[in-house]
Amino acid sequence: MKKHLAFLPLLIAGLLLGTFSPAFSGSLDSFKNEKGVLKISGGTAHIPVMKDAAQKIMTANPDIQISIAGGGSGVGIKQVGEGLVDIGNSGRKPTAEEIDRYGLKVHQWAVDGVAPVVNPKNKVSKLTKAQMSDIFAGKIDNWRQLGGENRKINLYTRDEASGTREVFWEKGLDKGNVTAAAHVVVSNGAMKSAVAQDPYGIGYVSVGHIDRTVAPVALDGVLPTIETVRNGSYKVARGLYSNTKGEPTSLAKKFLDFLSTPEGSRIIEEHGFIPLR
Amino acid sequence: MKKLHELVAERLLCLSALASSAITLAILAFLVVMGLPLMRAGGVLPLVYSPWAPFQGSFGIFPMIVGTCAISLASLVLAFPLSLGCSFLIAAVAPSAVSRGFRRLIELMTGIPTVVYGFVGIFLLVPIVRELFRSGSGMSLLTAALVLGIMITPTMTLFFCDSFDRIPKSYLDAAEALGASRTQQLLHVMLPLAKKGMLTGVLLALGRAVGDTLIALMLAGNAVQVPTSVLEPARTLTAHIALVMAADYESPEFRSIFTCGIVLYLFTLTVTFVVRAMGSAKDEAA
Repeated sequence: MKKHLAFLPLLIAGLLLGTFSPAFSGSLDSFKNEKGVLKISGGTAHIPVMKDAAQKIMTANPDIQISIAGGGSGVGIKQVGEGLVDIGNSGRKPTAEEIDRYGLKVHQWAVDGVAPVVNPKNKVSKLTKAQMSDIFAGKIDNWRQLGGENRKINLYTRDEASGTREVFWEKGLDKGNVTAAAHVVVSNGAMKSAVAQDPYGIGYVSVGHIDRTVAPVALDGVLPTIETVRNGSYKVARGLYSNTKGEPTSLAKKFLDFLSTPEGSRIIEEHGFIPLR
Repeated sequence: MKKLHELVAERLLCLSALASSAITLAILAFLVVMGLPLMRAGGVLPLVYSPWAPFQGSFGIFPMIVGTCAISLASLVLAFPLSLGCSFLIAAVAPSAVSRGFRRLIELMTGIPTVVYGFVGIFLLVPIVRELFRSGSGMSLLTAALVLGIMITPTMTLFFCDSFDRIPKSYLDAAEALGASRTQQLLHVMLPLAKKGMLTGVLLALGRAVGDTLIALMLAGNAVQVPTSVLEPARTLTAHIALVMAADYESPEFRSIFTCGIVLYLFTLTVTFVVRAMGSAKDEAA
């Protein structure tokens, strides 16, 4: 028995070394002496960014625990207002009434613009909003009606939980009906490869995801680009917000600050959003 | 002392058997309990019959049930003749060296992950289907059924081969002594004797086709509608579960996927029981 005990201090020393050895670098420096739990909930569009940031922070400092839950914008605002979480995310700016009632402090860190996209071979490069609604409702179903080839329009949409779908449906289609005949794909990436493969397809992706494989369609004369989303001239967009009840706690503040460091911006861009500078 | 040991061992074995069967039942109970709020709100039948329109508060899974049936049955129709041909070749026609190599190859094919089939399908088959029929995007019931058919062919072929191998050699010798050719032996001796084993293979392949998620998710287009032609996109129950999974846990659409789970569970259960029943019937006959 005694023999085993002799190893114990060694084991503890090893554990301690293991805990404190990770190198702190650049953007993560501010978390050095922090410890504790940070609870985040709300908007589903935010989750991938939150997860990546949390993973980086928790790897650099295992004393910090960050939990992330979904629930949607309404839930995020309500939970942070009631003090159940430290940061409540929302895909819309909290209303004046909400800010007032809960004493919220609003922190916007990115814009999410959603662009209709077609195959680069498609000659149709601009549409009006009314045409777009008719296409997704199934009323316009041939490219010929829009000055293109005589082929059926193949519609691609996203699953119900997609934040990208929510923005496009609310602001691009004015909450219009989307026909049941539309194909459903699971991610921005899958949408891109579906439209890139299909010369007669039309879908939509977050503006940050647009590359040479798909062609953005100008809506009412405005071409969706990172620039037009940022200056507000392209309207199918929304801000991504993180709200705190009053001034953020020290850990919450460092987390939100991390999102505006170069490393944070890189994570935001990676998920197709446009970071605010 | 020894008796006590035996008693303990017996009890332990009994306990583990109970535990594993309890888990199977617990899964069904879990599905029912999780799906209960929605079923209580609108009844079970509307969930099965009504359309899927979550924003209008309708969570029916009827299009997905039709999609699953259509895609898996179509894949079976495609895979059956293929498997029959392959197993004939292996069991009766080809020289033994060729048939052994061929069999190894098919055994290897059962191990290919379905995502690989799906990936190949999306880049090779989808454009071909799109340009060949000039209707729709190429992501359709037909495309998914074709790939799914290829995916389940090895399983079916191996089952067919095994049931051919179980036929006593004396039967074949007898047929040969009567002057039956290789083809005649196949049609009049092997096929009738292997029927039951082959049916098991078909049912298990059907189970695989119904349970597969990725191929339908990647190739069928996932449109929530009852397809009216094989060139239209469709959504299967499994793909539906995968798509709705990301919804938040309290939402009714998330609850509704438990109904899909129950339907799939009952289907698999039925297939298993039918296979078992046939197995025991065969034992009695032997």
